[in-house]
Amino acid sequence: MRIVPFILSAAVTTGLVIVLNMQLPAGDGNTPRLGYFLSPQKGFWQNAEATNEPFNGDLKLNGLQGNAEVYFDERLVPHVFAENENDAFFIQGYLHARFRLWQMEFQTQAAAGRLSEIFGAGKDSNFLHIDKFFRRLGMVYAAENSLKEAEADPRTKAVCDAYTAGVNAYINSLDEAHYPFEFKLLDYKPEPWTNMKTALFLKYMSFDLAGYEEDFERTNAKSVFTKEQFEKLFPYGMDSLKPIIPDITALENKGLGFPMPANADSVYFNYKDSVDVAEKPIKPNKSDGSNNWAVSGSKTASGRPILCNDPHLALNLPSLWYEMQISTPGFNAYGATFPGSPGVIIGFNDNCAFGFTNAERDVRDYYAIKFKDSTMQQYWFDHDWKNASFRDEVIKIRGAADDTEHIAMTVFGPVMYDKNYPDKLNSGKAYACRWKAHDASNELLTFIKLDYAKNFNDYTNAIATYQCPGQNMIFASKAGDIAIKPQGQFPAKWRRQGDFVMPGDDSSYMWQGMVPDSENIIMHNPQRGFVSSANQYPYDTKTYPYYLGGSTFELFRSYTINRNLDSMKNITADDMQRLQTSNYNILAEMAKPVFMKYLRQNELSGNAKKYLDIFTGWDLENNADENGPTVFTLWWDSLKTTMYGDEFAQTKLPLPDIDESTVIESLLKDSDYEFADDINTPQRETLYDVITSSFEKIVPVLQKNEKENNLAWGKFKDSDIRHLLKIPALCRLHVDAGGGDHIINAYEKHTGPSWRMIVELTDETNAYGIYPGGQSGNPGSKYYDSFINDYLAGKYYKLRIMKKDDMQKQTSLLGKITFTKS
Amino acid sequence: MKFFVALLLTALLGYAAPLYLPWWSFAVTSLIVALVVHQKPWKAFVSGFLGLFFLWAVYAFILDNANDHILSQKVAQILPLGGSYILLILISALIGALVSGFAALTGSYARKK
Repeated sequence: MRIVPFILSAAVTTGLVIVLNMQLPAGDGNTPRLGYFLSPQKGFWQNAEATNEPFNGDLKLNGLQGNAEVYFDERLVPHVFAENENDAFFIQGYLHARFRLWQMEFQTQAAAGRLSEIFGAGKDSNFLHIDKFFRRLGMVYAAENSLKEAEADPRTKAVCDAYTAGVNAYINSLDEAHYPFEFKLLDYKPEPWTNMKTALFLKYMSFDLAGYEEDFERTNAKSVFTKEQFEKLFPYGMDSLKPIIPDITALENKGLGFPMPANADSVYFNYKDSVDVAEKPIKPNKSDGSNNWAVSGSKTASGRPILCNDPHLALNLPSLWYEMQISTPGFNAYGATFPGSPGVIIGFNDNCAFGFTNAERDVRDYYAIKFKDSTMQQYWFDHDWKNASFRDEVIKIRGAADDTEHIAMTVFGPVMYDKNYPDKLNSGKAYACRWKAHDASNELLTFIKLDYAKNFNDYTNAIATYQCPGQNMIFASKAGDIAIKPQGQFPAKWRRQGDFVMPGDDSSYMWQGMVPDSENIIMHNPQRGFVSSANQYPYDTKTYPYYLGGSTFELFRSYTINRNLDSMKNITADDMQRLQTSNYNILAEMAKPVFMKYLRQNELSGNAKKYLDIFTGWDLENNADENGPTVFTLWWDSLKTTMYGDEFAQTKLPLPDIDESTVIESLLKDSDYEFADDINTPQRETLYDVITSSFEKIVPVLQKNEKENNLAWGKFKDSDIRHLLKIPALCRLHVDAGGGDHIINAYEKHTGPSWRMIVELTDETNAYGIYPGGQSGNPGSKYYDSFINDYLAGKYYKLRIMKKDDMQKQTSLLGKITFTKS
Repeated sequence: MKFFVALLLTALLGYAAPLYLPWWSFAVTSLIVALVVHQKPWKAFVSGFLGLFFLWAVYAFILDNANDHILSQKVAQILPLGGSYILLILISALIGALVSGFAALTGSYARKK
């Protein structure tokens, strides 16, 4: 033995193994363990799924009660045929995990404030910052409350237990060679699924859909604007509004009549106060929204109702949605499901179809808390010191010590901002958060009951207990019924209650009660032959007895949809596809005459005239290949900056956005609009000035885009569908897509129609649908993004709710898995 | 002859061991092969190196080919290797081969008088 070379080479070998078996720092993060990651036997190569991979199997599993079969059709959509409900939800959990496990884990870990466990604190503590936000918002607290409520209901508990057992049956079958790709890339392991994770997932949807508010921004706006100006910039209601429920004469009560506190004018509506928010909090996308409508047989060619729904959410890979059919003796449902939750969420069964749009009501408010001292043990409430309780949220950080958030709990809810969360607020001020999603509720039961629903009564019964996030729940049945109801528990507010940060020392500012469900009005088989919603105000704001506060109500999509449905006759599913993918820009239709009226054309340069010709010759369609939408969008944004930029520059703190509906309605009715004036100049500017100068300002931008060949709307908008980790190689970037904000095809940059569905309730259901993704969450599968090109082309797939016998005869199946109890 | 026997055994055991053990367990089998099939140190290194290189390259190539390079092209952008799946296969194989080669070298020196 030659000692020295032996020791040297042994040291090199060991050193290589050690280095290749650890994560190395690279850029803002770490590499995978390269030896493991690149090993063809263990690493990512194992996730390279053969393009002709059969999806067959014969599984004997604990937790099943009978036999079941799953057939994968040519798009990898599973059709599950189970002998009982337990097995159906068990298999749904198993399939969600089989195809989407990483996404399920990641989304629930984000909701639970656990990203630092995966990534470490991150660059500039980014991940820790996000975790703290969700912990302090009370996401875990909210999920715990709802889980208790859900598990107290035997039916919901049985469904969740079966689902969780199915997910875990798959996880337990995995070894490190078969972990989903992202686990290998980020170097961590899947953990067991729990019912709590399902609750967390549903709370994440509450955050996404009922988590938008501008309370701090609006409070700040009080320091800049007079009351009159504020009402002009942030009005309640809209002139052109077509509410979801136009007729509320059915309403018997005139409201619960909770009074505005007597001191509100001095304490609350003090348009001088300013809250020092150091930084904008994390917010869901303001443009999250949706369309749904249903037409009765009187308006269709077949004489049967057609129901349509397209929820607008962040377009991600893997998609939020997973398509499947679940068939049991109790129900037979088809549609879009949430990996992470049992049940078919947006879909149809043998008798009816159902869908949702977001209700947009403001159900998250803040209260300023005065603590006695820095221990936060006591706070001033109704002329007395009241004891706070505490909740410790421990954030585990990969590669560092734990961080504990010591959160004071008040009568309102968790104290989200205080001296210990100083990156949000200047010291000394504390704010408690009252959020409807904190309350115990069982939303899942509604989705499960809808899967079983046979008729209108089953639908009203299914949705009656639903609380948050509030949804406009639409329904159509083969019996010929159509219906819609803005459903949820909404606080019964006085005008402007909760628009600003409220005093936390006075119980009269609390939510005094909820709007009784009988005053959430349902619209059933109306004379006009259709029901619809697109995130607009649900009722006429002048006559509905409760304040419908919210800052995300949308005007234009509902306006376009209703105008179309009013005039359409003999409607077919094809017509509905055209309407659902319509790129018509109603805002541009309203703005064009205003623009042309005030534009001083004789002042324009030759170049500017060229772009003006593009605008005037435009057919108002936001198609990907047209230049008109680019000119209009830039002009519109430039106008807003020119008009409001000077007023907004009066504060460095964030202010709320001004709705397009407010802008266009002001321009249409007020030729002497006060915000046209630039407050920094001695003379008074008019609409002629701002509309002309805002157009001149965009000419160089248009020239630059034209030179770079980015003038066409699809190029200019530069949409994408991003992987949840935003790693470019895993995304579909630079897709050439039409549509946009305030357009029925609401495809903006990162958000858009996430599931398009059309269901004609003929004897044999005639349904179509598509989502921009693919059934597999594995970036190494050809089914990872297989629907995207068809989606971008505006195509739909036929949604086939199949019988088992027919499935067995199919020749284009990608596979079949049999499940047997062990 | 010994060279090819060592190379083949390295590849064979390098495949078998990680079926049950961690990815790096082939280092142990490569060392044992060099102990049993004794060669000069440089020859042991080369046979250990090539045995694993061919194993990993061929295995990765087969998986990648069946996958139409869908995943390898993505990973070759993340790592970053300019999206080249060929480069990714070669680098994967090189990493395994280096460990195996040095393990074999260690084995060879352990027996050398």
